[in-house]
Amino acid sequence: MLLIVCPYCGKRPELEFTYGGQAHLTRPRQPSQLDDQAWAEFLYMRTNTKGVYAERWRHARGCGRFFNALRDTTTDHFLAFYKTGEAQPVLATPPDQRAQPASSAPPAPPAPPGPGGRSA
Amino acid sequence: MSRQSFSGLSLIWRGLSKHRGWQQQWRKPEPKARYDAVIVGGGGHGLGAAYYLAKEHGMTNIAVLEKGWIGGGNTGRNTTIIRSNYLFNESAALYDHAVKLWEGLSQSLNYNVMFSPRGVMMLAHTVHDIQVFKRHVHANRCNGVDNEWLEPAEAKEFCPLLNISDDIRYPVLGAALQRRGGTARHDAVAWGYARAADALGVDIIENCEVTGFRRGANGIEAVETTRGVIQSRKVGVSAAGNTSVIMALAGVHVPLESYPLQALVSEPVKPIFPCVVMSNTIHAYISQSDKGEMVIGAGTDAYTSYTQRGALHVNMHTLDAICELFPNFRRLRMLRNWGGIVDVTPDRSPIIAKTEVPGLYVNCGWGTGGFKATPGSAHVFAWTIAHDEPHPINAPFTIERFRDGYLIDEAAAAAVAH
Repeated sequence: MLLIVCPYCGKRPELEFTYGGQAHLTRPRQPSQLDDQAWAEFLYMRTNTKGVYAERWRHARGCGRFFNALRDTTTDHFLAFYKTGEAQPVLATPPDQRAQPASSAPPAPPAPPGPGGRSA
Repeated sequence: MSRQSFSGLSLIWRGLSKHRGWQQQWRKPEPKARYDAVIVGGGGHGLGAAYYLAKEHGMTNIAVLEKGWIGGGNTGRNTTIIRSNYLFNESAALYDHAVKLWEGLSQSLNYNVMFSPRGVMMLAHTVHDIQVFKRHVHANRCNGVDNEWLEPAEAKEFCPLLNISDDIRYPVLGAALQRRGGTARHDAVAWGYARAADALGVDIIENCEVTGFRRGANGIEAVETTRGVIQSRKVGVSAAGNTSVIMALAGVHVPLESYPLQALVSEPVKPIFPCVVMSNTIHAYISQSDKGEMVIGAGTDAYTSYTQRGALHVNMHTLDAICELFPNFRRLRMLRNWGGIVDVTPDRSPIIAKTEVPGLYVNCGWGTGGFKATPGSAHVFAWTIAHDEPHPINAPFTIERFRDGYLIDEAAAAAVAH
């Protein structure tokens, strides 16, 4: 089971969360101008990344809020948690060159990560 | 090349002569510089496609490229349930095509895949389940697929261990039974197809990972691999959970997400369980292998991943349901558990199709239930590669259906992953 750090509530077991899929997808601003291919891209196409993946989680059995996370899908280690609306953090080193996965050093529970920072 | 034929007599003869003289089942060839067709992925679907290309379409200069060992992915990790009781016409045609091929597969391959049509019983626990399953029964019968409705007492008669008492959390209210469904020996499917394809001249190349594609003005020209560049103008990708990664190398996006799916087996016990029982509502999938283990399928994890492992609570959820339905198993010890990565489409139906790149074909999106379709999937995929157009059975299973709105929405039909 994953340990997930909600930016609002701190470190909690995965059971408290629901998964929200790929992060940073925005609904088209001019829906009427989209053709079928563009709609298919928006509705159905996901990057399905093998590596660092930005994804949404919702603390459904906690504060109820959505937030984003960076996770390496080849190891399931979390690299960052950040609030919805914040930019995706830039990682200093690629995860395969990281000796110690960042998820083993979580922050104190209530302290949310700063914008652009790596929280856990 | 001459190949040893398996039979009861040959088994007895080799047994009496101390099992000396069994031949190697397939060669370990070095990759050639050029093939007429290349299949990426040495699971059941890929090996089967190579076999049908060689057997039915006369293409014998072909290779199967496998990054690990054949049958080491989902073919060797699934719970081997075979059925075709899908709701929609397109699905019923595809999956029943597979069941019909399963029925004669051991004879065709001269390899015992242990297909055992022992019956697949799907339990109903709610009024909604009853309505949906009865709709399935009628839809299946209209499509010539056997499926019948059982009352709880009839279900218990078919599977005597089943707990049909009223005082459990989700009492059994009935069941849909497909008698032609059952199980097969998963490893034997990979080995049988590999052996039969090899006998027809197919090169099976293990430890050979695809690292790129070379495209020209007329489409695919070559595959780059860890064992060198291989020229081919036809490439079929059959790579299950890693399909997105492979297709991205060719610049093609497919609507897939890869999730971990787990299974587990108990310690072996004497024959006690005569059929396959599935409960979508409370999520339990169980049968007994010929070795005696209870084979149990758990659900997918919530998140996408490529790790080939999942969380324990997903298994526990399934075991809770198993223990309630089959109280006899409460003291059964679990022996092993493992995970695989399944590629799931938005409508939970597969994609077996041409792509926007000429000469590049894809067979993917089988999600949590690809094993049952292995022969049918391989058969129509081979047709698609050989003719450069889909077989009528897989014609609806395109990538473009997501653009054009022709979903084959088995996800909505059953409200669970398959």
